[in-house]
Amino acid sequence: MASAPSSTSAVHLPDTAHDLVKILVAGPFGVGKTTLIDSVSEIRPLHTEEQLTEASAQVDDLDGVREKVTTTVAVDFGRISLPDGVVLYLFGTPGQERFRALWDDIAYGALGALVLVDSRRIDASFDVLGLMEESGLPYAVAFNAFPDSPRHHTDAQLRAALDLDPTTPMVTCDARDADSSLDALLALVHHLIDRDPSEHR
Amino acid sequence: MTGRRGGRPLVPAYLSTGGVARPSRSHLERLSVLTAAGPPAPAELPAAGLALLDVLAGGSLTVVEAAALLRLPVSAVRVLAADLIDRGLLLSRAPIPAADRFDPDLLKRVADGLRALKH
Repeated sequence: MASAPSSTSAVHLPDTAHDLVKILVAGPFGVGKTTLIDSVSEIRPLHTEEQLTEASAQVDDLDGVREKVTTTVAVDFGRISLPDGVVLYLFGTPGQERFRALWDDIAYGALGALVLVDSRRIDASFDVLGLMEESGLPYAVAFNAFPDSPRHHTDAQLRAALDLDPTTPMVTCDARDADSSLDALLALVHHLIDRDPSEHR
Repeated sequence: MTGRRGGRPLVPAYLSTGGVARPSRSHLERLSVLTAAGPPAPAELPAAGLALLDVLAGGSLTVVEAAALLRLPVSAVRVLAADLIDRGLLLSRAPIPAADRFDPDLLKRVADGLRALKH
């Protein structure tokens, strides 16, 4: 489904585009955010270079990505045109506390977030889940199924490890697969629909 | 997530706006839609402003898409776009028309649309 336009002309919005909405795809480095966006996006995923603020640079935790010493971070995003003039944007959002200002800017006006988790390193997702709770943005959790992901954990164990609310959807997906990624996004959107209307911001 | 792909941009970000750090209008979101207004660009327009009008020649783009194509930070495009709007060269609109902002039907349309994409 993901087409790869060779020129920028394919990037321009169709005249029918009416409602532009966004969902964050949040998670730590290397969890598969760009892979998921790429699998469902109609445009080749684009990225913007974002400056890190001074304040955020003080908590510099680059576990496992020590070669990254730049002061900018690239934010990937993709786009899905839906019927009725709805255009859904997916923003890959790095979920570390030091990206807080960037996070707030990207999250502004978002419908919700799909939090991608790697079950081989659950603790890498604690930061992003903390940011989710603080921001109040509704979210669903999707475990990206890596070939060597441990399979002996029960849902209850995973939910407890992440300290998830019982109502927070938790699914497994293969970010490389479009249908699987769409299912994960649908789990989030259904959660948004089912929420008590009084909670809507 | 990765470093710069494909070399340095022609104009460094901090020079692209002529040294202006804050946009003259604050309502431009990442998904605000930018559309060229039509009048020919005046010759004295800064290069980055011309470049922004250039990528919009083929149709409308969101702020974040224009930033990605121009390889400029979103903050710089906000400044450039606000200047072009002030000059009457650019139109912008909010991502969602005000009337649709609290439309309970919107989420359902998103869900229906995503379901229809499945193979």
